[in-house]
Amino acid sequence: MTQLALVIDLNVCVGCHACVTSCKEWNSSGWAGPLPDQRPYDADPTGTFFNRVQTFEVGEFPKTETIHFPKSCLHCEDPPCVPACPTGASYKREDNGVVLVDYDKCIGCKYCSWACPYGAREYDEMQRVMKKCTLCIDRITDETLPEAERKPACVLSCPTSARLFGDVHDPDSDVSITIREEGGYQLMPEWGTQPSNHYLPRRKVRIKIHEDELIRSDNPLVKEELPALPEDVETLDDVAW
Amino acid sequence: MQDPTSSSDSEIGRVEVKETTCYMCACRCGIRVTLRDGEVRHIEGNPSHPLNQGVICAKGASGIMKQYSPARLTKPLRRMQGAERGESGFEEISWEEAFQIMEQRLSKIRAEDPKKFALFTGRDQMQALTGLFAKQFGTPNYAAHGGFCSVNMAAGLIYTIGGSFWEFGGPDLDRAKLFIMLGTAEDHHSNPMKVELSKFKRAGGRFVSINPIRTGYSAIADEWVPIKPGTDGALLLAFIHEIIKQGLYDRDFLVRYTNAAELVINDPSSDEDGLFKRFEMHIEEGCFDPQNKLWWDRELDQAISTHTEGVDPYLLGEFTLDDGTPVKPAFQLLKERVEEYTPEWAEGITGIPAEIITRLAHEMGVTARDQKIELPIQWTDSWGKDHESVTGNPVAFHSMRGLAAHSNGFQSIRALGILMSILGTVDRPGGFRHKAPFPRPIPPCPKPPNGPEGVQPNTPLDGMPLGWPSKPDDLFVDAEGEAVRLDKAFSWEYPLSVHGLMHNAITNAWRGDPYKIDTLLLFMANMAWNSSMNTTSVRDMLVDKEENGEYKIPFIIVCDAFQSETIAYADLVLPDTTYLERYDAMSMLDRPISEYDGPVDSVRIPVVPRTGDCKPFQDVLVELGGRLELPAFVNAEGKPKFRDYPDFVTNYETSPGSGIGFLAGWRGKGGEKFLKGEPNPRQWEMYQKNDCYYHYKLPRSYQYMRNWNMGYLRWARAHGMTRYAEPINLHIYSEPLQKFRLAAQGKWKGKQPPERLRKRIESNFDPLPFYGETLLSRLVDTHEYPLNALTQRPMAMYHSWDSQNAWLRQIHTHNYLFVNPQLGHKQGFDDGDWVWVESPTNKVRCMCRFSEAVEPGTVWTWNAIGKASGAWGLSKRANESKKGFLLNHLIPEELPPCEAGDNMSNSDPVTGQAAWFDVRVKVYKADNSEPQETWPQFPQQKQVPGQLGRRGKWQAFIAGKFGKVLGL
Repeated sequence: MTQLALVIDLNVCVGCHACVTSCKEWNSSGWAGPLPDQRPYDADPTGTFFNRVQTFEVGEFPKTETIHFPKSCLHCEDPPCVPACPTGASYKREDNGVVLVDYDKCIGCKYCSWACPYGAREYDEMQRVMKKCTLCIDRITDETLPEAERKPACVLSCPTSARLFGDVHDPDSDVSITIREEGGYQLMPEWGTQPSNHYLPRRKVRIKIHEDELIRSDNPLVKEELPALPEDVETLDDVAW
Repeated sequence: MQDPTSSSDSEIGRVEVKETTCYMCACRCGIRVTLRDGEVRHIEGNPSHPLNQGVICAKGASGIMKQYSPARLTKPLRRMQGAERGESGFEEISWEEAFQIMEQRLSKIRAEDPKKFALFTGRDQMQALTGLFAKQFGTPNYAAHGGFCSVNMAAGLIYTIGGSFWEFGGPDLDRAKLFIMLGTAEDHHSNPMKVELSKFKRAGGRFVSINPIRTGYSAIADEWVPIKPGTDGALLLAFIHEIIKQGLYDRDFLVRYTNAAELVINDPSSDEDGLFKRFEMHIEEGCFDPQNKLWWDRELDQAISTHTEGVDPYLLGEFTLDDGTPVKPAFQLLKERVEEYTPEWAEGITGIPAEIITRLAHEMGVTARDQKIELPIQWTDSWGKDHESVTGNPVAFHSMRGLAAHSNGFQSIRALGILMSILGTVDRPGGFRHKAPFPRPIPPCPKPPNGPEGVQPNTPLDGMPLGWPSKPDDLFVDAEGEAVRLDKAFSWEYPLSVHGLMHNAITNAWRGDPYKIDTLLLFMANMAWNSSMNTTSVRDMLVDKEENGEYKIPFIIVCDAFQSETIAYADLVLPDTTYLERYDAMSMLDRPISEYDGPVDSVRIPVVPRTGDCKPFQDVLVELGGRLELPAFVNAEGKPKFRDYPDFVTNYETSPGSGIGFLAGWRGKGGEKFLKGEPNPRQWEMYQKNDCYYHYKLPRSYQYMRNWNMGYLRWARAHGMTRYAEPINLHIYSEPLQKFRLAAQGKWKGKQPPERLRKRIESNFDPLPFYGETLLSRLVDTHEYPLNALTQRPMAMYHSWDSQNAWLRQIHTHNYLFVNPQLGHKQGFDDGDWVWVESPTNKVRCMCRFSEAVEPGTVWTWNAIGKASGAWGLSKRANESKKGFLLNHLIPEELPPCEAGDNMSNSDPVTGQAAWFDVRVKVYKADNSEPQETWPQFPQQKQVPGQLGRRGKWQAFIAGKFGKVLGL
C-alpha cells in the first residue's frame, strides 16, 4: 500500500514560513477550505493553519542552537484520531494513506484533537469543524496538473527544498532512501502511532587544519626576502675576522 | 464531502493563469498568478524564472492578503481646510484636481528654485524613473532607501572591488566550500540565497555565521560565532593580519589583479604623499584607473611599469626611485597597517576568543589555497595574456546591513573587500561573483553636480542627483565648502554618500539647514514611522509650524498603496496600486536582477484590474513630467510625449537614438537586438511571452574574472554597459580616499574641507582600512548605557511592512525585546516581564523574552512589527500598537554636538550610511503599577475616505467569492 508523507530536513530549514502561508493560500480556496481567520485585523488575531513552524533554542550561550521546526499532521500509519471519531468523519485513505476529515460528518466534538499526541489538528472556530493537513490531496491527485506540480503547496514553495514528498512504503523512493541514509526519524515513536512524516537531523561540517598545512615551502612570503641587504645593515662579515 | 480526487480545482469558476513579478519584498521573484472568476486564487513561484526557480516565500504566498488589505487606499485625498496635519482629516478629490495642485505648485518652484522640491522614495526599484524625474525637474534633492539601508555595503565594496553584494553580485555557493556570513544579511537576497544555501549545505559545504544573534540563516550554520555589534572591522582586520602572517594570501592574484604591488609615494613632506607614483604618459581622460604606475622588479631590483610581461614584483619592502622618491608597495602599507591588529587584540574588542579568530583565518586561507577549482575555460586578460583555465579559491562571503549600518561600516566593509581580494576570491568560481552591469570602474562614472550653479530654474540638473565622487573636486558644495543638497550628501560632511541621506531630509528641512524647502514628495517611504530614526521627534517636526502659523515643511505629498503612518501627515495623498495591478520595469538603468552568468531584467504586467481610483506612481510621474514640460517627457512642441508608463518604457531612450532604454531585452524594431537597439513597439508583448524576464547568458569565457577579462569588457562596452574597457584592478589601497585626506591636510590643489571637518576627513578617509569605535559609542556614556540594541527582520516580513496582512500578522503579531538571561538576572527582571529600554534619545516600554541565542551585551527585536494605533487598517486594539514597539524611537538621527558640528548626522562619516545599529541603551524593569502596554503610544490614527476599511470578526478567503462577501 502506498503511504504518502513528508520528510522535513531540519538541517536546511531556516524557518521562513513559506510552507505555512503557501499551504494557507492553496487550501483556503481549495477542497479543504476555507481556512478562516478570527479577528484578522484586530487584537489577538488567530486562524486555521494546517502547517505551522515552531522555533526553539537548545543549549546555553554561546553553545546555542536555534531550531526551526515545521509541524503538520504526520499522517500516522495507525492514526489515533480515526478510532476516536464518533461519526466516522476522520478517516485514512486506503489508496495513499492520507488522513482526512469529512466536514459533512464532523460534529466538532474535538475528540480527535485530544487523541492526537502531536497537536496537529486545527479546529475551525467559524465552521465548527475539525480541519487539518490533507497533503494537498486536491493537488497531488489532480491529473490535469503537470506531474512536477502534483505535490503539496508547501513542498513546491519551500525555498530550501527542506520538504521532500513521496511514498515512504516504496523502498526505492527518494523519501525512503533519504530516511535510511540521512538518519530520518519519527516524532515520539513510543506512542505507537507510526507517523509517516519523518524529520532529518542537523548535521555539522567541520574543517580540520593540520599543522603542516601552515608550514610550506611554497609560502609566498619567501618571495619577499630582499636580494641584498641595505648597506647600513651590519653582519658578521662586516665586524668579525 | 465530495471525494477530493474526483474533480480538479481548475474546473471551479473561470480560471486564468498569468505571469508577473512579485513585490512583496525587494527580491523580485517570478510568480505565476492563478485567478478564479477574476480574484486571486493562488500565487506560486514561476519554475522557469532564473531568480527563484519556482520557489516562493511566506510573503509571496500571502500576496492575496495584500491585494485585498483593508489598508488599501483608493482615492486621491486632500487635507481639508481647518484640519491639522497628522489628524487624517481628508476629503476625496479627483485625479485632475490632484494633478492641478501639483502642477501649479511644482511649476512655480521649478521656475524659482528647483531645489525647494524634494523627492524621496522608499524601496521602490524604479530609480531609473524617479531619478530621471528629479534630474529633469532640476532638483538635486532626490534619494531613495539606500542611504539608510546598506549604502556602506554598496560603497565600501564598489570602491574596493568594483561590485558588491545583492543586486551587484554575491557568493557563488554552487562551488564554494567555505561560506562566511557576517551580520544580518538575510533579506538581500532572500529566496535565491535560501535556494543556494540549502544546495551548499547538502553538497557538504561548511557555513560559518558571525553575528551577535543566532536567528535566520545563522540557525543552520555549522558554527555560530557571536560578536559584539560594530566590531566587525576589528575581526576582519585580525583575519587579514593572520592570513598575511601565515603567507596564506594568493600572491599571484594580488600581483596581477589588484594594486597590491603598485608603488605608493611614501613622503609625508610631499603634496603627493600617499598617491601612486605615476610616470608620464598620455592618458585619455576618463573615469578609469590609468595604468601608468610602477612595480618593483624582483629580478632587476628596480622600478618597472606594472604588468610588464615576465616581471615578478615585490609585494613587500621599501624602495627609492631614481628621482629620490621613497616608495612602498601598497601591500607593504597594508601589512604595516594590520601589524597591531592581532587576534589577541581583536578578542578584547569583538568578544571572540583569539583561538577562534586564528582558526577561522586558517580555515579560509587553507581552503582557498588547497581546494582550488580549475575550470577549463580559455580567456584573455586585459594585458593580452591568454589563460587556459579559470581558477577559483572556494571561500565565499556574504554580508549586508549587519556590517553596513554602523558609523564605522565603510572601513569595515573595505576590510572585507580586501580580505576577499587577498584570498583571491573575486569574480572567480566558488568566491564572489559579479552581476551585470557590474563590475564597474572604481568608482563608477556618474557624478553629482559640483557646485550650486548646477541647479538652475526651469533647467534639468547639471549632473546626476546621485553619483560616485572620485576626488574632492567632484563634491557638490558651495564656495564655502558647505552642502548644496538638503540632506548634505556629497558635502564634506558625508563625501561619498552615493545613495543620499534620506534619514536626515525631514530634520534638515524642518530646521532650514542648509535651507527651507517648499514641497516634499514621499513615495512608499514610511518616514513617520519605521523608516525614520528618532521617530517621535520626526513626527513632531512634520506638524511643527512657523510663528506665522505655516508648517515648517509647507507641503507634503505622499504616494502609497496603504494607510501607513505617514499618510496622516500628508497634505495630498496619491493612492498607488499594488504590484498585481501595474506595469513595472526592473531596469538595467537601476538595479536589475542579473545572474552571475549574465544580465537579466524583468517586468511586471497587471494581472488584476486596479482597485478604485488608484494609479501607479509611474503614471503619475509621466503625467506630471508632461504637464511640467520636463524635456525628457515632452516633444519639440512641448506636448506630452508619452501616454503612460508602459508607453514611456517602450519608447524612451536615454538620449535620442542612443538605443538604450529602460528594458534591455528584445530591442530593435522587431525585437532582434538586446541591451542596445531602437525601441520595439512589441517589447512588452515579448517580455510577457517570456514569463516577464529577459536573460542574456554570456559565453562561458566572459563569465569570470570580468574586472580584467578583455573579451567581457569589450563586449560590455560594445553593448553600452560601460564606457571603458580598461581593467578594474582591486583597490587594496584606495587612492580616491587618499585624495580626500590630502585635501584635509591642505595638500590638495582643488576643493578643501571647512576647518571644522578637516580632522574628521583626515582620520576617516584612510586609504587603508582601520578599526575605530562607532561614533555614538565615543560620544555617549557607555557606562550609563552599556548595551547595544539591534533589530532584525523576521523572514516572514523581510523587506516589507506587512502588518496589514491578515496571514503574516498572525506569525508576528507583536515583538519582544530579546535579552540574554544573564542580563535579566543581573538587572532583576524575568522572561516575559515589562521592561524599559532607554537611550540618551528616548525610552521605550516593552515586553522582554529571554534568549540564549544573543550575546549578553546585546538586546534586540524584530523591526517594523510595532505600528501606530489605527494605522495600516488595523483596529486600535491591535497587538502591533498595544504590545508591539519600534526601536527607532531610541535611535538619534543626529550625533550629540561634537567638533565637526552641532547637527551632524548619526551616520558613517564617509558615506552617510544611517548608523541604525550604533545605538547604546540600558534596560531595567518597569514598575508593576505601570500599564501593560508599550510606550510611547500615539493618538489613534483615523481611517481615510476611500480606504477599503475594516473587516468583521471573521474572514474566510475563498477565491471567486471573497469580493462578493465583502461587497468590494
